[in-house]
Amino acid sequence: MQIRVTVNGTVHESDVEPRTLLVHYVREVLGLTGTNIGCDTSSCGACSLHLDGEAVKSCTVLAVQADGCEVTTIEGLATDGEMHPMQQAFMQNHALQCGYCTPGMVMAATSLLKENPNPTEAEVRIGLEGNLCRCTGYHNIVQAVLSAAGGQ
Amino acid sequence: MIPAAFDYVRAGSAEEAISLIGEHGEDAKFIAGGHSLLPLMKLRLAQPSVLVDIGRLSDLSYIRDAGDHIAIGAMTRHMDIEKSPVLAEHVPLLAHAAGHVGDPQVRHRGTIGGSIAHSDAASDLPATTLALGATYVAQGPNGTREIAAADFFQGFLTTALAADEMLTEIRVPKMNGAGWSFQKFNRRAQDWAIVGVAAWRRNGESGVGLVNMGSVPILATSVSSALASGASIADAAEQAAAEADPQNDLNASPEYRVHLAKVLVRRALEEASK
Ligand SMILES: Cc1cc2nc3c(=O)[nH]c(=O)nc-3n(C[C@H](O)[C@H](O)[C@H](O)COP(=O)(O)OP(=O)(O)OC[C@H]3O[C@@H](n4cnc5c(N)ncnc54)[C@H](O)[C@@H]3O)c2cc1C
Ligand code: FES
Ligand code: FES
Repeated sequence: MQIRVTVNGTVHESDVEPRTLLVHYVREVLGLTGTNIGCDTSSCGACSLHLDGEAVKSCTVLAVQADGCEVTTIEGLATDGEMHPMQQAFMQNHALQCGYCTPGMVMAATSLLKENPNPTEAEVRIGLEGNLCRCTGYHNIVQAVLSAAGGQ
Repeated sequence: MIPAAFDYVRAGSAEEAISLIGEHGEDAKFIAGGHSLLPLMKLRLAQPSVLVDIGRLSDLSYIRDAGDHIAIGAMTRHMDIEKSPVLAEHVPLLAHAAGHVGDPQVRHRGTIGGSIAHSDAASDLPATTLALGATYVAQGPNGTREIAAADFFQGFLTTALAADEMLTEIRVPKMNGAGWSFQKFNRRAQDWAIVGVAAWRRNGESGVGLVNMGSVPILATSVSSALASGASIADAAEQAAAEADPQNDLNASPEYRVHLAKVLVRRALEEASK
């Protein structure tokens, strides 16, 4: 099926099988491998990206469901080579170790701050409940999101 | 994991969706948010040959004050229910319960219609709307009909909907002034409830819905009749599992679920009585 998706500002027209998952579309068709696949069962959030401005788990969305929509992946957050404030906050707060969960965490966190620009620590923790990290113990991730919120 | 191959058609209206489902027959399925269906398709526990996408029917995404009840379009997403000022004012229990479905990413995609049509007894909104005495509106090739929540859930993942009927609206009575509580017991963030309770009380009346206490969402009518005949909260809560038939699974034995239901119903009634 023919789809037209705007990814990180660029319009892509592609012919995909209806069963193609959005995460496979961005990774394998468009070559944007920043979006990771962790669990593949809708649990871990590693595959989070923005669909029309909101975080979704792209392993649980069909590419055909994104037809006509805007997608932002981790590759689309920086502007003119400047990291997004959330990416900077993750770096400054040591909010990653292996980095596998990080693209999904950053996409979920930016979506969270759009909906709740000044979250409490508890709200950050609940807001990121769909994202798992096996390394950090979450403490510094929560600090990074709070500091990005403060800096906005 | 990739679903088995299927054909995909996107409906432009409810009428078109219903006629597409009729045309493609038994193996065709509606897809709304896809957050129950796609995980099943990826595991190949579901293999529909045709998906009729109703996710773009934006005229079925609304939350309206309709006098004595609030009318909610079937395509309204959990996140929109959670954030709705109309529901916060008139049926805060439902808004609160929707905020406990999965995680924000799930709530950005999943719909109330999909949740109720899927009718997983472990899901939060079937039991919550059942407790609230909701009415569901179904549209089929021959028009629409209303189905009381109490008549809708018929067995494991089985509802009163015919194969060519679509859920279009959920009507929830206004609950202004009612005390309410939603108790969800799980061990990990974002998980389904091991047991959940949705409860309200107002002027001697009450409604108590149980999540994951059987093959269907359960209305704990014995609790409500005990309260109505003057039983204490503690005594009424002892009746929590009278209508239930809890299952054994990885998370809990039936005995443990019964215990949890009694504790959670007691907590819910205490909170709803404040
Ligand atoms: C990681 C994860 C965690 C979750 N946690 C929870 C949780 O804690 N609590 C909870 O309640 N739910 C949870 N869910 C399920 C979530 O709420 C689903 O979104 C919801 O159950 C189904 O809604 P949907 O719009 O995605 O339906 P879909 O998956 O699109 O459809 C589900 C079924 O209903 C049918 N259908 C859909 N819409 C209609 C309609 N209007 N008329 C007739 N038939 C229809 C479809 O054909 C399909 O059979 C979770 C899901 C995931 C992926
Ligand atoms: S890969 Fe999508 S949620 Fe884990
Ligand atoms: S940094 Fe390794 S999984 Fe989060």
